[in-house]
Amino acid sequence: MKYIDEFREKSIVKNLADQIAGFSDRNINLMEVCGTHTMAIFRSGIKQLLPKNINLISGPGCPVCVTSQSDIDCMLELASTKNLIITTFGDMLKVPGTKSSLEKIRSDGADIRVVYSPLDALEIAKENKNKEVVFWAVGFETTSPVIASVVDDTRKLKLRNFSVYCCHKLIPPAMAALLASREIKIHGFLCPGHVSSIIGTKAYQFIAQEFKIPCVVSGFEPTDILETILMLLKQIAKNTASVEIQYKRAVHPQGNIPAQEMLKRVFLPCDADWRGLGTIPQSGLKLNSDYAGFDARSKFQLKTKKAFEPKNCLCGEVLRGVKTPAQCKLFAKICNPENPFGPCMVSSEGTCSAWYKYNR
Amino acid sequence: MKNNEKILLAHGGGGKLTHRLLKELIFPAFSNPILAKAEDAAILDLKGKTAFSTDSFVIQPIFFPGGDIGKLAVCGTVNDLAMMGAKPLYLTAACIVEEGLEVSTLEKIIKSMAKASQEAGVKIVGGDLKVVEKNACDKIFINTTGLGSIPKKIDISAENARPGDAVIINGFIGEHAAAIMSARQDYKLKTSIKSDCASLNYLIAGLLAKSGHIHVMRDPTRGGVATTLNEIAQQSNVEIQLEEDQLPISAAVRGFCEILGIDPLYMANEGKVLVFVAQKDSGKILSAMRKHPLGKKAQIIGKVSRGNNPQVLLRTSIGSTRIMDMLTGEQLPRIC
Repeated sequence: MKYIDEFREKSIVKNLADQIAGFSDRNINLMEVCGTHTMAIFRSGIKQLLPKNINLISGPGCPVCVTSQSDIDCMLELASTKNLIITTFGDMLKVPGTKSSLEKIRSDGADIRVVYSPLDALEIAKENKNKEVVFWAVGFETTSPVIASVVDDTRKLKLRNFSVYCCHKLIPPAMAALLASREIKIHGFLCPGHVSSIIGTKAYQFIAQEFKIPCVVSGFEPTDILETILMLLKQIAKNTASVEIQYKRAVHPQGNIPAQEMLKRVFLPCDADWRGLGTIPQSGLKLNSDYAGFDARSKFQLKTKKAFEPKNCLCGEVLRGVKTPAQCKLFAKICNPENPFGPCMVSSEGTCSAWYKYNR
Repeated sequence: MKNNEKILLAHGGGGKLTHRLLKELIFPAFSNPILAKAEDAAILDLKGKTAFSTDSFVIQPIFFPGGDIGKLAVCGTVNDLAMMGAKPLYLTAACIVEEGLEVSTLEKIIKSMAKASQEAGVKIVGGDLKVVEKNACDKIFINTTGLGSIPKKIDISAENARPGDAVIINGFIGEHAAAIMSARQDYKLKTSIKSDCASLNYLIAGLLAKSGHIHVMRDPTRGGVATTLNEIAQQSNVEIQLEEDQLPISAAVRGFCEILGIDPLYMANEGKVLVFVAQKDSGKILSAMRKHPLGKKAQIIGKVSRGNNPQVLLRTSIGSTRIMDMLTGEQLPRIC
């Protein structure tokens, strides 16, 4: 298939892998902060092509996984309201809250619908004007512009029964928080391709300048990821740190300006709670005052309560790249995709799920 | 039957409306002497080993590119019998219909079942029709149960895979699930993909005539090729190695899967068979398949190896190896 097979071409893969193998003997930790990268790395088996001294670590790149337990509990509570429909992406259904999950309370009769796009949630609101429809929005900068445009449309349509519970997060502040914690040594970041197609490269400049850590925006095919690794190794060897784009066929340094404007029109940065990382200043998005009427938090006077992570679950450590799933006592023993303890086993982009599926 | 006539609860009540439906629609469509007797049970004369299988069909939408619930209900059970090496002979069909369904829709489905059973050479010798209140089911659910006779010397079982066996599939993977997902318009993707829904009994009879060394046959329906191969690996206690490069996947399904980020190996098929055959006969079986209209795109996709664990391994297109687990959870909504 055109534009796919070229990026999986064996001879190019081998050539890149050979260059990486001969590059350096130093132990180097590279972190990917995108769930789609995590899955792509496991699915194509890239780790087997890398020498032992190059260690790929998965970071907090799965939007479902980083959603805090208290936000999940809050949604579970809201879902049992009469005449209210919760709409969200499929992976959110299984994520365990403190007491239950959306999937479980749906089987008890709560009206919870999976949508592929927030536009579908808006359609549900149009068709059910006698009910409240809440869209539980999760995701990084890739998904937030679409939500912003849906909220904007809702206002234009004067639709009063639609609101959004916003758990949107921003990737660069999380990268900075990981570096600032000094909990783990990271030599370079594989920056997320889709997020960067929206935000461009400027958003990572401070990582390169202040923390002196090389950043390369990567595509998702095997040759993309290998080329990105090689570009990072070259920067590390030269002791330089800049933001480069490997994924040039999709990412422009300036990003997608109309999408950025849409974000600015609807959202404001805010402090956000991340599973495993705690509260990170200015790392989330909330609806600004022009759109406050569509904020499910104020509409239903929702208050998040402190929630506790499941006992012995290492999702937090896994999200910070400090531990691998194999180091978790629960992994593949009592925690598996049918009976997940933490979100990293639930989401199709979760690190535990990737390890379980491809790497046991 | 009048135009625009709807199914009423009374159609399933056993009274006059039921009899009219049977007389005007069902008996003429399935016409055969055993059914025509209209007894409480069909009387059959079976000799030798018999395969016996049942399946229920709840697909949504009931009409889809490449088939409909009626065709699927016949092909599904015919295929389950054929997978055991049996010659499918008789089916029963039980329909649960939601009140309010157009009679013309039911008629289309019944006629489609009649056509599919004729093509597969099986007789529908018994059945049932119940009508339930609106919203108690979704339009129509169909159960079919089938009987087939197993010729002497045939010993097909999911426990029979042996190291050295070649794994062969008769064509493109994932077509049924992709067709259904497109038809449901859940993802607003327009495609020309058609379900592969088909009865495989004649294809399989031809293969069994060519080689006495076919060890396993199974149709990769729900859960797809990956799940079916895992079942076989466990039941036979062997390791199966698949070659990603050899998997027959149409450009349309590949594109569909790449866009949605789903794996065709976990997508349902309704006209595919995985055949495990001794290596020495693999060429013969492959060419026999390719000569049949339902096997033109057949491919050897892997082999059975000794291995320490009953598992399925995939050699990826870039030359790495990874495990390929069973489908966990539900990848798709109701698709069969």
